[in-house]
Amino acid sequence: MTVQKVGQLTDRLRAAAVDSARADDLWGAGSVKCRSTGIRTLATHTEHSSTNRRDFLYIATGAVGAVGAAAVVWPLINQLNPDASTLALATIEFDVGAIEEGQSVTITWRGLPVFVRHRTAAEIEEAKAVPLADLKDPETDEQRTKPDHEQWLVMIASCTHLGCVPVGESGDFDGWFCPCHGSHYDTAGRIRRGPAPKNLVVPPYNFVSDTLVQIG
Amino acid sequence: MFKTKIIIATVAALIGLGSVAQAQDHGSTPHIERQPWSFAGIFGTYDEHQLQRGFQVFREVCASCHSARLLAFRNLNEEGGPGFSEEQVKALAAEYEVADATAVDGVRPAVPADRWPSPFANDQEARDANGGALPPDFSVLAKARGVSDPFPTWAFNYFTGYQEGGPDYIHALLNGYHEEVPETAPEGFELPDGKYYNDYFPGHAIGMAPPIADGSVTYEPGEDGQTVPETLEQYSTDVAAFMMWTAEPHLAGRKQTGFVVLLFLVGFAALMWATKRKIWAGIEH
Amino acid sequence: MSEHSTYTPNNAVEKWFDDRLPVVRFAKEHLMDFPTPKNLNYFWTFGAILVMCLGIQIVTGIILAMHYTPNVAMAFDSVEHIRRDVNGGRMIQAFHAVGASMFFVALYIHIFRGMYYGSYKAPREILWILGVLIFLLTMATAFMGYVLPWGQMSGWAAQVITNIFSYIPIVGTPLLELLRGGFTVGNPTLNRFFSLHYLLPFVIAAVVALHIWALHVPGNNNPVGVDVKSSRDTVPFHPYYTMKDLFGMVLFLIPFVWFAFFAPDILGHPDNYVMYNSQVTPSHIVPEWYFLPFYAILRAIDFNFLFINSGLLGVIFFGASILILFFLPWLDTSKVRSGNFRPMFKWFFLIFLVNFIALTYLGAAPAEGIYVILAKICTAYYFIHFLVILPVLSRIETPAPLPTSISESVLGKAHA
Repeated sequence: MTVQKVGQLTDRLRAAAVDSARADDLWGAGSVKCRSTGIRTLATHTEHSSTNRRDFLYIATGAVGAVGAAAVVWPLINQLNPDASTLALATIEFDVGAIEEGQSVTITWRGLPVFVRHRTAAEIEEAKAVPLADLKDPETDEQRTKPDHEQWLVMIASCTHLGCVPVGESGDFDGWFCPCHGSHYDTAGRIRRGPAPKNLVVPPYNFVSDTLVQIG
Repeated sequence: MFKTKIIIATVAALIGLGSVAQAQDHGSTPHIERQPWSFAGIFGTYDEHQLQRGFQVFREVCASCHSARLLAFRNLNEEGGPGFSEEQVKALAAEYEVADATAVDGVRPAVPADRWPSPFANDQEARDANGGALPPDFSVLAKARGVSDPFPTWAFNYFTGYQEGGPDYIHALLNGYHEEVPETAPEGFELPDGKYYNDYFPGHAIGMAPPIADGSVTYEPGEDGQTVPETLEQYSTDVAAFMMWTAEPHLAGRKQTGFVVLLFLVGFAALMWATKRKIWAGIEH
Repeated sequence: MSEHSTYTPNNAVEKWFDDRLPVVRFAKEHLMDFPTPKNLNYFWTFGAILVMCLGIQIVTGIILAMHYTPNVAMAFDSVEHIRRDVNGGRMIQAFHAVGASMFFVALYIHIFRGMYYGSYKAPREILWILGVLIFLLTMATAFMGYVLPWGQMSGWAAQVITNIFSYIPIVGTPLLELLRGGFTVGNPTLNRFFSLHYLLPFVIAAVVALHIWALHVPGNNNPVGVDVKSSRDTVPFHPYYTMKDLFGMVLFLIPFVWFAFFAPDILGHPDNYVMYNSQVTPSHIVPEWYFLPFYAILRAIDFNFLFINSGLLGVIFFGASILILFFLPWLDTSKVRSGNFRPMFKWFFLIFLVNFIALTYLGAAPAEGIYVILAKICTAYYFIHFLVILPVLSRIETPAPLPTSISESVLGKAHA
């Protein structure tokens, strides 16, 4: 106990002496080094390992801090993603059974209007008869419908030109016509004439049963 | 030395004030017992089976008068909840009709994304059907009720994180009717017509008739054949747990994250302390 | 602090930049090399902790505003929407709500530290006054934020607190309608509170910048309260105090996350989970705990005085209890800063602290019986401390001998 106290006292006296000598050095960027220089005169043999231990401590603290910061940042960004109430409506089910042949309805999916059309045999025939070479965005009728359900055409009701909603059963190809800039779509919703570059988009969907469609 | 004195004096002052508060406490409402909730404490989680039973009680009994407008069907199969399957929730939702201006006739069968349909169109209709008293909405009711603990207890709550006063109160309330004739009150208590006496309801005159009694709901035996007692005590515990879940659906996840965060911070603080000491070594301060 | 200028550009690009916008020089002088007394204790880390609190409130607040709807019909449900549906929303909301309480915990510790160590005394009067201004702005911000969830306590707090203004003679009622945008608290009130609640934190941040500027002119006070005599009394802010402050922040975050994750509602009131109903008052209206001492003072005045009615008098005392802090530097004229060397002040500070805690307690107690009398005594003592005890103490007290310098006191402490 006494020995320790004497040791502490000498340490303190030395510190006071070093203190005044190094007072100005403390202000420089090299202050840490300076301090270890002070120690080196007394403890040469332990200096190397203590420096390593110190550097390891600093790196460990910094690394753990960085992990913590990253863990904080992620939820702050993730909250921008669609929330649970929005995601709950990402997939919808729709019963097409009530739509008569030759009729179409517009439903809403993810905030977009979607056409569901019950096509007549003549319309299907017409769509199938078109040679691919005539198409700006070549797609067969089969690619745009589901097998065994080819009377059903499900498309996002948004003109691929600039996003207007096309008018049904009109235009020069008996399909849809966009009044904004004059794009004509055929009975399979494919672009035939006008400024639109692509066919009307078919959303991901499948038939859960004979008349129940799951979109999304 | 001086700091110690400050602390002692402050604590002494607080205790002094606390005992004054206790002396002032009115004795008319019996003490509300704490229940051993599975969701209390820092490792608390909901018991799926209990939530399913509580949901059954809610659906078969409470829901005829009480709304739960913030509860969506989809919540019932979300993580940390009663753990119904997606198909079960879909089928359940389809049994209910919700208003939808775009549908034919203005109503359509509910889907999981819909919220629980309210039994009454508006508050006034609800009052009219319930003798002038409005049955409160269940969505956050478990957190809108509480127990005011006397002095040392509320201070300890900060350290134990006990926040289950709401379910405790609901459980007590459901068990607080006077069994034989609920319309009777203790001598000297003027019970208005159409009201019932309840030990725990503030003011004691409650508009709700005893909603549930032993045997009023039939629980299906569990997969392992275990049966749960069909008693008022069991029903009230289950429905209070269910109401806590509707009020705080992310409780389990929140506590799990919290535990990790707390561990991290304690470890990080230790590292910071060591680093701070290293940096300050050699500076008299 | 140009006398401490330690920055020399390393290359031509840095010099070019420094000649035009010396922001690097500024940061180096004020955030890294700033000479700071080496004897600051952990009470001094609360300044940095408060900056962290303001940061947390601003970041979480901006996020909440992305999902919140300031409309009386939807506000309550939109807060629940945040808790239930928004990704991580329950935690972000909890951090904001708990953060308000933790902000005030740090704020009160910071203020009482300044009071004990005489940090308001010359040459730091402006620093102190800016601090009191921040306190006022923070109270206003917290109050308006509390209204936004539109629960019973929110709405009735808005109702009761705006009513305070109605007691102002002549202009009272028109002023009340002006503040509310209606005859009672309603949608216009909620909308303007939302707007101001978003604005004020940035005003606070600006005053905080001035507060730190005013701090960096005379430099920090310290636990012994004697001025810095030489560079031996100080250490550069970085790495010594950056590290100490960061450690303080991490420690402070432990109770913070405890409440946010395990008891996010324990500091609030259950009634705020009931949507605001202008027809039904909750049975027991209490403000958030951090307003309780001042609320107790407001309530304690239940008597008329001359031609002033009790309502107006309560408002006068309520306002005076905060405004009196602005005058503290001139009420306590003792030349000795630190309470450590003021044998009598030390005890009166302690009594004042206990009295303040008692006021907090009384603010939550029902206004009946013994509490009414106690509240009056505590209110009287609050003002007596500032208006009688401090000025008199400055005259009659014999301070203990001061150390000649910080270095000397540090060595003395090590010997003791």
